[in-house]
Amino acid sequence: MSTGITRATLAKDLRLEWRSKDAINSMLFFALLVVVIFSFSFDPTAEESRRIAGGLVWVAFLFAAVVALNQTWARELRNQVLDAYRVSPAPPNSLFLAKALGNFIFVTVLEALMTPLFIVFYNLRALGPAYQLLIVSVLGTWALVVNGTFFAAMSLHTRSREIMLPLLLFPITIPALLAMVEATGAILTGEFSARFWIVLLAAYDVVFTMASLFLFELVLQAE
Amino acid sequence: MKRAFPIFAVLTAALLSYGLYEALVVAPTEQTMGDVQRIFYYHVPSAWTAFTLFFLNLVASVWYLIRRNSKADALALAAAEVGVVFCTVVLVTGPIWARPVWGIWWTWDLRLTLTLVLWLIYVSYLMLRRFSTSGQTPVLAAVLAVLGALDVPLVYFSIWFFRTQHPQPVIGGGGSIDPRMLHVLLINWAAFSCFAALVCWSRYHLEVLSREVEETRALESLLGAGSPR
Repeated sequence: MSTGITRATLAKDLRLEWRSKDAINSMLFFALLVVVIFSFSFDPTAEESRRIAGGLVWVAFLFAAVVALNQTWARELRNQVLDAYRVSPAPPNSLFLAKALGNFIFVTVLEALMTPLFIVFYNLRALGPAYQLLIVSVLGTWALVVNGTFFAAMSLHTRSREIMLPLLLFPITIPALLAMVEATGAILTGEFSARFWIVLLAAYDVVFTMASLFLFELVLQAE
Repeated sequence: MKRAFPIFAVLTAALLSYGLYEALVVAPTEQTMGDVQRIFYYHVPSAWTAFTLFFLNLVASVWYLIRRNSKADALALAAAEVGVVFCTVVLVTGPIWARPVWGIWWTWDLRLTLTLVLWLIYVSYLMLRRFSTSGQTPVLAAVLAVLGALDVPLVYFSIWFFRTQHPQPVIGGGGSIDPRMLHVLLINWAAFSCFAALVCWSRYHLEVLSREVEETRALESLLGAGSPR
């Protein structure tokens, strides 16, 4: 691991995104569409929406995140940047960490912009401890992007790679997604404690962060 | 080895038919569920076989990552394919049994959900292998197998907790099993394991052969391109 390389790659990705705004714009519009479509296909009352909001919010973020994740590595294919990474002496896991952090920032920005919309459309108000929502969103977002970044690199060398990413990502993220949805539901309704789900999410994050950092070299080297 | 295969095939066929006879005729009829319970002798052995094969896939994948042995990869592929087939049998026989007994086709019970998630993970594993254009598909597949295995305990705990705070599904009371039923179950389990081993064996053999053919063809085209006709 080398923090210098991580910082340099992250800065490069953020600068690229700042200039083009490709990922964030496509994610935002996609998430907006999901919110609107969900909103009038369910048309819930405030009481119901509190119960189902956890699922709606996270499914919307998951779908939107896939849009950004697909661009993570595909961007590096142009001008053979990925080959340059391969032959460079830079440790692959610091590269991975930079990409995952970059995606984390993008998805967090998306969540920050979309959450007010959700509150407006679904008349949401947390009946449980609201500060826990912050913990859930940080842990949940990391769970999504750490796996997503890894599988995006994996699906780089497949036919129809845009489709392959969700096919790999969704089955593995089922426990994390369940934890996010249930924790959010628990906090919004205030009916039961979200502590178990937060612990599970943290365990998921630790396990998959370690595994990804450890195994990423194999994926990067596989052409 | 070549002679052992038909002998093993005949033994498996005999064991399977004996198992069928035992399950349909010899085994006692269950008191409350009646004859529908006999699907148990197919459902449970299939589940055990599928889980064994998924475990074999994990072992072969780890072995491949350590040693880069192409035969380990062929074994991993064969185990995953046959495992998915057996897992599908479990997921199909389950609802058929559940409908008349519990009154529902499906419930998000711990074991059901875990089996479904495992099935999903291994289908995505096979999809990756199918769609991959990389020359190093085995490495990617093995990495996915390892991640899938890491996922299993997390799925287990999440579903376990998910179910404990929601209403319990209607499950016919546990209790002990009749020793005669256990006997039939074990026979069928042995028969299914032999059958799985047989299919895996031939699939593994096929995979090794097809790789050899591919290599020979690649070599021939290389040589052909080098020499002017």
